[in-house]
Amino acid sequence: MASTSSLSPDRGVRPRIAVVDLDMAYGGLVIQRNLSFTVRPAEIFVVMGGSGCGKSTLLRHLVGLKAPARGDVLYDGQSLWTVDPAEREDMMRRVGVVYQSNALWSSLTLSENVALLLEEFTDLGEGEIRDAAALKLALVGLAGFEDYYPSEVSGGMAKRAGLARALALDPEILFLDEPSTGLDPISARLLDDLILDLRDGLGTTVVVVTHDLASIQAIGDNSVFLDTETKTMMAHGDPKALLADPPHPRVRAFLHRESVSR
Amino acid sequence: MAAADPRRLYLPGDIEGPQGGGMTGTIATGASAATPGRPPWEVTVERLGHDACLVRLAGSWRLRDHLPRAAEVLRTSGSAPGVRRLTFDTAQLGAWDTGLLTFIRHLIEESERAGIEVDHTGLPVDVERLLALASTVPTHLMAPEPARLPWLGRAGTAVVDTGTAAVEVLTFVGEACAAFAGLFTGRVKIRWSQFGPLLHEVGVRALPIITLVGTLVGLILAFGAAVQLRQLGVQIFVADLVGISVSQEVGALITAIILAGRTGAAFAAQLGSMQVNEEIDALTTAGIPPVQFLVLPRMLALILMTPLLTIYTDLFGMVGGGLVAVTVLDLSLTTYVTRLIQVVTMTDFLMGLVRASVFGVLIALAGCLRGMQCGRSASGVGLATTSAVVTSIVLTIIADGLLSMIFSVLRL
Repeated sequence: MASTSSLSPDRGVRPRIAVVDLDMAYGGLVIQRNLSFTVRPAEIFVVMGGSGCGKSTLLRHLVGLKAPARGDVLYDGQSLWTVDPAEREDMMRRVGVVYQSNALWSSLTLSENVALLLEEFTDLGEGEIRDAAALKLALVGLAGFEDYYPSEVSGGMAKRAGLARALALDPEILFLDEPSTGLDPISARLLDDLILDLRDGLGTTVVVVTHDLASIQAIGDNSVFLDTETKTMMAHGDPKALLADPPHPRVRAFLHRESVSR
Repeated sequence: MAAADPRRLYLPGDIEGPQGGGMTGTIATGASAATPGRPPWEVTVERLGHDACLVRLAGSWRLRDHLPRAAEVLRTSGSAPGVRRLTFDTAQLGAWDTGLLTFIRHLIEESERAGIEVDHTGLPVDVERLLALASTVPTHLMAPEPARLPWLGRAGTAVVDTGTAAVEVLTFVGEACAAFAGLFTGRVKIRWSQFGPLLHEVGVRALPIITLVGTLVGLILAFGAAVQLRQLGVQIFVADLVGISVSQEVGALITAIILAGRTGAAFAAQLGSMQVNEEIDALTTAGIPPVQFLVLPRMLALILMTPLLTIYTDLFGMVGGGLVAVTVLDLSLTTYVTRLIQVVTMTDFLMGLVRASVFGVLIALAGCLRGMQCGRSASGVGLATTSAVVTSIVLTIIADGLLSMIFSVLRL
């Protein structure tokens, strides 16, 4: 690890997620190595770094979509990658994911997108499910759009619908992959506020993968910076502290939007 | 100035000839009768001292001006013995765009390859700045060199890849079988709101094309034999020919090929684009197995519909045969139908339906498998679709051959 900030806030509270010596690779192509960090309950944790550094790949490892080349991911101390698949599926039920491309199920309406999870994993009746789905959509400002299909709403609305779906089962941990992609600054800001409100209101732990500097500073409690060149984490800590005192010129360049000599 | 022939390049021989001035003179000019009044491009190469050349660029240097190739200019100037240095004079340069940049960039590359030093001082400041921008590539953005493996390594990689692909196929087939088993034990539920539209799409909407193709195939079969049958005076056998071949084999085969192209391809494209949109990832992380939610209803719809559509194809194949019987072979409709009822047995139909069921399973598997294997790009969806059709048709033909052998062993 290149540099772990002295502000690394790993002491005391039991971590909700712990990443231990994680190596990520596609076949022989190593994306990142030696990733180790923890996410505490109810904090907003930002995974940042330039394009192509492996942020989204890290997210795929965290949500059980891709097995690590080495190392492990622990949820409340329980290993994600050494348990059997059925148990992993149970662990994943405590998790909500908002994908970069929204990934709304295109053949279902917004309401059905939220309701599908409630139908599959709860004993609620049809009316209760409909009400619960309407509430989740209202929480993200989409009341009245229940019967629209994903292709009929704007990018920002689809993003929020994706968030509503991720919240369907009241997850303990919420993952967001590049939430501000394709959003105008005002919509992106609204989404940030929404994430803060949900964290404060529901106590959800949030992991956000992003390179949106404004968003990083607005919502991040803790962060990790993945570097493309050294293929490992170059900084870890409160993004505001990293902004004030960057441990490496490339972290500084990223956070201060500086041009790097080519 | 040699402006008589527009856009002509004078190669070294020409310079010695018409110009007669050794290395001094116009190499080429873009003068064109079509653009009077606007300065054309012009490049002149002059010898400076004993080891240098001056490239003088003048006029308009834009992409649409049919610019000369750098290599040709260099051949005239650089191939002269003793040239070690190239300088530019752009005082007379008019309008320019990336056409000029491309020309100069090539000229510099070619010169450096020939060991000629290039002096940039004569170039306009903007050109110089853009060239600098184009030539600096950040190190970390350069694509890594793909490792070149020795033949043993390549053979090993091929074996491992084949093994991985085989495991993928087996896993998919296993998951699909488990989903079907779950359907019978009640562990897996079909969402009827999704299944109904699928049945409609696979079955009802295929009827027009099946009607057309089925009739035409019956017609073609009957036509092919009509002349011979008439020569032998056994026109009535057209009913035997069409009835038996269509009900036993041709009906099922034609239906399968139509469904492979229509439905198998559609399944691959639908599942492929869901893969691209991360919809399948979203199902997986939500704990809903994609095979149960997406693949099972599609396979079920196709497996149910293939035999039903085959019966329909059989019917229209016989209608097609009937058209030829009545119009070309002068048989009465009653005679044709009576003969059909006499010769076509239930076994013939059942053989066709067994074939159709097997084809349905294969097309559904191939279509869904290729969709699920799709990469994460638009071109991946195209490849998945093509691959689904090819796999379905190949599997269908192989299965048809095997079933024919089995039926003949069973003396059916």
